[in-house]
Amino acid sequence: MNREDYEKSTYFLGKLWIWSAVVVVLLVPIVICLKYDAWPEGKAVLKGLLGVAPIYWTVGVIEVITYTPMLGTGGTFLAFVTGNLTSMKVPSALNAMQNADVKQGTEEGEIISTIAVATCSIVTTIIIALGVLLLTYIAPILDSPSLKPAFDNMLPALFGGLAVVYISKNWKVALAPLLAMIIIFILVPSLASSVGVLVPVGIIISLASARFLYKRKLL
Amino acid sequence: MDFNPSSSFMYLVAAFVIVFIIAMASFFLVRAYRRGLKIGMDKKMLKNSVLSTAIFTITPALSILIGVITLSKFLGIPLPWIRMSVIGALTYELPAATSTANALGISLSETISDPKVFTAVVWVMTLGILPSIILAPVLMKRIQSGLVKIKSKDSKWGEIFMDAMFLGMISAFLGMVFSGVNAGLKGMIPIFVLISSALIMGVIGLLIKKCHMKWLETYALAISMVGAMAFACFVTSIIV
Repeated sequence: MNREDYEKSTYFLGKLWIWSAVVVVLLVPIVICLKYDAWPEGKAVLKGLLGVAPIYWTVGVIEVITYTPMLGTGGTFLAFVTGNLTSMKVPSALNAMQNADVKQGTEEGEIISTIAVATCSIVTTIIIALGVLLLTYIAPILDSPSLKPAFDNMLPALFGGLAVVYISKNWKVALAPLLAMIIIFILVPSLASSVGVLVPVGIIISLASARFLYKRKLL
Repeated sequence: MDFNPSSSFMYLVAAFVIVFIIAMASFFLVRAYRRGLKIGMDKKMLKNSVLSTAIFTITPALSILIGVITLSKFLGIPLPWIRMSVIGALTYELPAATSTANALGISLSETISDPKVFTAVVWVMTLGILPSIILAPVLMKRIQSGLVKIKSKDSKWGEIFMDAMFLGMISAFLGMVFSGVNAGLKGMIPIFVLISSALIMGVIGLLIKKCHMKWLETYALAISMVGAMAFACFVTSIIV
């Protein structure tokens, strides 16, 4: 099988899996409603959705556009089913590609990204399953106040390390979006709760500054 | 009918979803691994990718488990287990449950015992995340062909374009860390954590380059993250 055939079959099989996942996801509320003969009032669902859908549907669109080029075909299909893209799937795929010295968009990059996202998904699912089985023993430890600061600061702890790797390689490109984002968040701290919406803003600033530097042969 | 959100039926539903996720991930893992070997990629490198990712994943997975614990207080265990295994994140699931509870005028201070309230929460959680799954296959080809166009026009710019996209994303999350600076020293804790993580990664980078400890690459991201999280506990105990 050559590269083109492999990509085509990955796309076809990925679509098969992801649409099956849609069915599985939808089956969950349906079987619960059927089993307990308890269909909710449409108005209650609509009201509940109105509270979260506008922001999460927007973030959903942004995530697909942003992460698909980074994760490749197999990685994207899997990551969008298993979730936790920002804190797990994208960093693990990029870290694995960095360590393997392969580029996004190449066949090697596609393979390493898929391996990373799949491993991440399997390990997470196993840890959650084990955690659920041992919940009585684990909950008091994980839920303890002394460990709370650690988990509250997981994103800065993750992105600090990633930043060193990527910003040191491309500091000229990183400067403008980084400064802009720091200023925006200092001026409007409440935006922290909707950081997903600011991701495309960061990307637009980053692409504009990269294009500017590239055109002036500064990269 | 008596309703218990942690009934054996709910566990059965959860088990079905978990098996599906494991099957899908294993399918892609085995397929990519085999393909890697077939096109001549180094077996050791492929294994290292699995190992490095598995180690990195442990800590974020524990934070997801905390999400399951948080949600289980009013939704029982199986539903949060399902939701956090399929495209879920606490940052979405908790507001979704709260929004539905507010719409129904109920409190989430104790376990939901009304099946209609429970199913309303399940539907809101499900419909809220559905577009993310549906849009991926719908938009993928268009996004990828756009990228191919950019790369075929100018391959160097294509590479910079990809790096710039990631740097734009990372900038948003790095900028977010500064959102608490107006709150004084306490609000600076995430910045200290960020810096500590960066410093640890810098030291690891030096060890890899200067002391030829290449094996550290596998663990670098996990070490910097866990080290900075431990520092977060330390610095919080001093400041707060």
